[in-house]
Amino acid sequence: MISQIFILSSKGDHLIYKDFRGEESKDAINVFYEMVTALSGNQPPVVMSHKGLNFIHIRQGGLYWVASTNTNPSPFTIIEFLNRLAALTKDYCGSLSEKSVRMNFALIYELLDEMVDFGYIQTTSTDILKNFIQTEAVSSKPFSLFDLSNVGLFGAETQQSKVAPSVAASRPIMSSRGEQGGKNEIFVDVIERLSVVIGSKGVLMKADIQGEIRIKCFLPTCSEMRIGLNEELSIGKSELKGYSSAVRVDECRFHQAVKLDEFDTFRILKVCPSQGEQTVMQYQLCDELPCAPPFQLFPSVEKDYVNRVLIFLKLRCDLPPKSTALNVSITVPVPKGSTSMSQELSSPDQTAELQPKNKALLWEIPRFPGGAQLSALFKVDVPGLSSASLLEVGPVSMSFELPKQTCTGLQIRFLRLSPTQTGLSQRWVRYVTHSDSYTIRI
Amino acid sequence: MPYFGSEEMVKELKRALSNPHVQSDRLRYKNYITKVIRYMTQGLDVSSLFMDMVKASATVDIVQKKLVYLYMCTYASDKPDLALLAINTLRKDCADPNPMVRGLALRNMCNFRMPGMTEYIEQPIVAALRDKASYVRRVAVLGCAKMHSLQPNTEIDGRIVNELYALLRDPDPVVVVNCLRALEEILKDEGGVVINKPIAHHLLNRMKELDSWAQSEVLNFLLRYHPRSDDELFDILSLLDSFLQSSHAHVVVSTLRLFLHLASAHRAVQADALLRTSAPLLATCSAVSRELRFAGLCHVQQVMRSQPGLFATHYKRFFCGYSEPSYIKFRKMEILVELVNDENVSLVLEELRSYCTDVSPELAQAAIAAIGRIARTYSEKCLDILTGLLALKQDHITSAVIQTFRDLVWFCPQSTAAVCQTVEAGVDRPQDSEGKQALLWLLGAHGDQMGSAPYVMEGYIDGLKTELSSTVKMELLTATVKMFLCRPAETQDMLGRLLHYCIEEESDVCVRDRALLYYRLLQRGAEETRRVVTGPKSDPSMSVLTGRQEEPISEWASTFNTLGPLAGRDSCPQTDAISAADQPSYSAGEELLPGSEDVTLSGPGDTEEEISLSLGAPLSHESFEKMWLDLEILHRQALGVSRPRTAPDTLQASLQLEKIQTLAFTPADTVPWKAYIYTRSTGTLILAELLQGATDESLVLSVKQQPVNQHAIRRFVSVLKSVLQTLNLE
Repeated sequence: MISQIFILSSKGDHLIYKDFRGEESKDAINVFYEMVTALSGNQPPVVMSHKGLNFIHIRQGGLYWVASTNTNPSPFTIIEFLNRLAALTKDYCGSLSEKSVRMNFALIYELLDEMVDFGYIQTTSTDILKNFIQTEAVSSKPFSLFDLSNVGLFGAETQQSKVAPSVAASRPIMSSRGEQGGKNEIFVDVIERLSVVIGSKGVLMKADIQGEIRIKCFLPTCSEMRIGLNEELSIGKSELKGYSSAVRVDECRFHQAVKLDEFDTFRILKVCPSQGEQTVMQYQLCDELPCAPPFQLFPSVEKDYVNRVLIFLKLRCDLPPKSTALNVSITVPVPKGSTSMSQELSSPDQTAELQPKNKALLWEIPRFPGGAQLSALFKVDVPGLSSASLLEVGPVSMSFELPKQTCTGLQIRFLRLSPTQTGLSQRWVRYVTHSDSYTIRI
Repeated sequence: MPYFGSEEMVKELKRALSNPHVQSDRLRYKNYITKVIRYMTQGLDVSSLFMDMVKASATVDIVQKKLVYLYMCTYASDKPDLALLAINTLRKDCADPNPMVRGLALRNMCNFRMPGMTEYIEQPIVAALRDKASYVRRVAVLGCAKMHSLQPNTEIDGRIVNELYALLRDPDPVVVVNCLRALEEILKDEGGVVINKPIAHHLLNRMKELDSWAQSEVLNFLLRYHPRSDDELFDILSLLDSFLQSSHAHVVVSTLRLFLHLASAHRAVQADALLRTSAPLLATCSAVSRELRFAGLCHVQQVMRSQPGLFATHYKRFFCGYSEPSYIKFRKMEILVELVNDENVSLVLEELRSYCTDVSPELAQAAIAAIGRIARTYSEKCLDILTGLLALKQDHITSAVIQTFRDLVWFCPQSTAAVCQTVEAGVDRPQDSEGKQALLWLLGAHGDQMGSAPYVMEGYIDGLKTELSSTVKMELLTATVKMFLCRPAETQDMLGRLLHYCIEEESDVCVRDRALLYYRLLQRGAEETRRVVTGPKSDPSMSVLTGRQEEPISEWASTFNTLGPLAGRDSCPQTDAISAADQPSYSAGEELLPGSEDVTLSGPGDTEEEISLSLGAPLSHESFEKMWLDLEILHRQALGVSRPRTAPDTLQASLQLEKIQTLAFTPADTVPWKAYIYTRSTGTLILAELLQGATDESLVLSVKQQPVNQHAIRRFVSVLKSVLQTLNLE
């Protein structure tokens, strides 16, 4: 049971406030903001309480999404509900930011009114909600032709060999009746998050992949859709199908609306997507990486002159030659008290900077083609350097995204809408792998 | 947020809203209404516009209606007389042919929180309960609850309650769940909605139609239902089985809670449910949403209290990600410490080692403390790492390592020599007061093993004038006195100086009193001082028996899937250990508490068969001794079996299997042979002594108990007897 729901900007401005039960005063917002900003970082901030009132909050899009309650509810329910609220706001407003929430506050009030009554969750399904939501979303960025010319981050290879613009999916689901009519699109994204620990000798110590298939649907009505996955996909440890090239996942879970009658034999998911975004399948693979880890690092750390550390990094990208890693950033912890740094990088588009506050240097590479090898030399000045300070260098952490790549090898063979609709609807399939956490020990 | 010139803004809005030109232009009119709501959200008081907003509610534009309703609900309680004007419009809307308009009007009318509303809303609600549109029925059902909350002290309207119970059979799933919620609120004083067998089975059969939110809510309501027989129980469990694998974490966890609750008498079923939910729980621990991750981790910790081994093979899932916020990293480290075993210890230590140089000092210190916890079992490997960290020569790391050393020495006396050697070999002086205290404690307690100890201490005594923390000064006093007792020649002079300074010049009363106390004590002679000052140097509870206890699931099942596990705990286990080191005597009463929770499981009137023994928290030697001396012997009997000739470990293990803890026993061939054992049962603590004299053929059992419960003693005796007999047969 939820007493109040409010959305605050990171500076504490009240963006949305709705009191469902009239039990608590509006001061709760200020109490909450004072508490959350006074946190020292090691206290668990998800649940806080003040005089019998519990605050549960999440952070998304730089905003605080808060539910307050004076009962003791299931934290999972409230957290997932707040996540869902944020997702719906994103669906309806196109994007999630302070600006879009400010511009669409009437819409969000309308949403909240239908989603929660007297503190009880009524529905969060877009199919039901779309009948009640009347306000048009105000898009914070109008959809222009210029955006179309941008080549997206995601490659899309469907029957139409076109590329979907990366912003195409970030628009309100309801505005289809406006001037952008005819954009009957459906996006099917395979998103994997990779968390890897590589030991000091290049040994793979930990590898987990969390993946999901997400549908973002802009079709006003949609009949059944069939998603065909790799036929040789096997699930679980023991089961192996076909030859060594089999794609394997440990475990998978499906949205309850997915029909699985053809899954066991043909690996086909049948689903009637509702408008907006939804996750149809989640899967995970632990302690195993079917491909080589995307990056290998060959570091060397030496003490140069009296007060200088030489860090030489050689980074190799083990992706297939055709693919590219984007937005690669490498964080290397440096000894405490590092004052300045000089660097030698191999190309001008790379940047590197020393961040004394985080005791780290940050090396950024916007594009990194597969099979390439880049090296960089950093000279860090550390006054009062001792040989023990070298121990402070490492572990290196990386973040990147790999478009058109799935590490498990999961692919979508086909995407069929039945009965086949007129040519108006466009189907997009996109793959991307994000680094959840990629750590290399030195 | 009061804005500058806010009054002007309100006046301007009022002018605009009452301007007939604006009113005739719908778009402009709506824009002004939107503006009002925007100011309202920002915290501006726009209640003076109420009259104009009421006028604006008479419109066909649904968006505008919704906005105006939102406004009216917010200010209705401030302006009850004006709000009455709006009711006519709302009541008219309640009869609109469009169900959406009907539902909207009814919902908002029920949201007017002002006295006297009931007479206006009762009739529309009752009518709407029979509406043909499910949307309106949903609103009406919750409207009943709202009506009740407006007048909480009036008598419950039996007609409405009956109607709501009947609506539990409604074809619309949301109406069903709303009925449960409304009944729960209306009948709160009578213990909430009654879930009898037909209702429970009706709900169970409809589970599949509900959406995930409703599912977890219904699962919560079902906690109240007690199946009549085991057959029924297993029918229910198999109906719910698929929900353990739901893709929604909240459904999985709610189902698990219900399983644990319903199957509380079937250990195997509980274990199986935990095993099957371990995968989804682990998946939440790496969910995209950090908050969900955190909730998952907290619940994994709960499960581990009873099944420490369940996640052992997945220990890598609890390695910290680089970008995770520290509140998640702290939890993960706590879990990692629990999961350490012979196979993974070196990998876990390597991982923890890499956190020790983290940019956040709190995190680094927590990682060091975690290594210290592991060192209680794997001391050698951990000491190497900790010693290596000292070479970094960073204040916060050094301080944390020394604090860890102190705790380690306290809990794990066999590592004393190695620690003393490291400290002796040269440790940087920690700069913060916790670090200083820890170093001083080590010097005081184990000064005899460190040659240079008095000189390190002298440094502190010389720097006393610049020391700000009074706790450090007090620790210094204690440590110096202790040192004086074992190395008088080197310490006498500095102790004199220290006492002189603290008594004559110190301004802090506590420090001065402490110094005076030691001074008077020393006047009574060294022996007297030794008797008072030196206590045990390590944790006195038997280290063999300190292996982690598996708690029964019932200990935590009641708080599972509530906010409890997530709520902030102020102190980490490490600080608990420190306070334990300062006060070696536990209060006996506190230790009785964990066992006393069992009372809720079976009342005093239960028959003997239902009394079960449980382990609970281990007792320390002191508290056992204290209680043993305080209590009378309640029961003494010759057991008719002789002492089992098995190895002591076997005896201990087999007793533990039957939930009887061994505190101590004499070596195998001593005469007379004695053993002290204890157990807990339904809120009582049973202490017992087993004795076999030189001439006796049979063991003599003496039992003491607090509080007295003869049933429990009988049960205990029979269990004990059967264990001993089985052992003798072997």
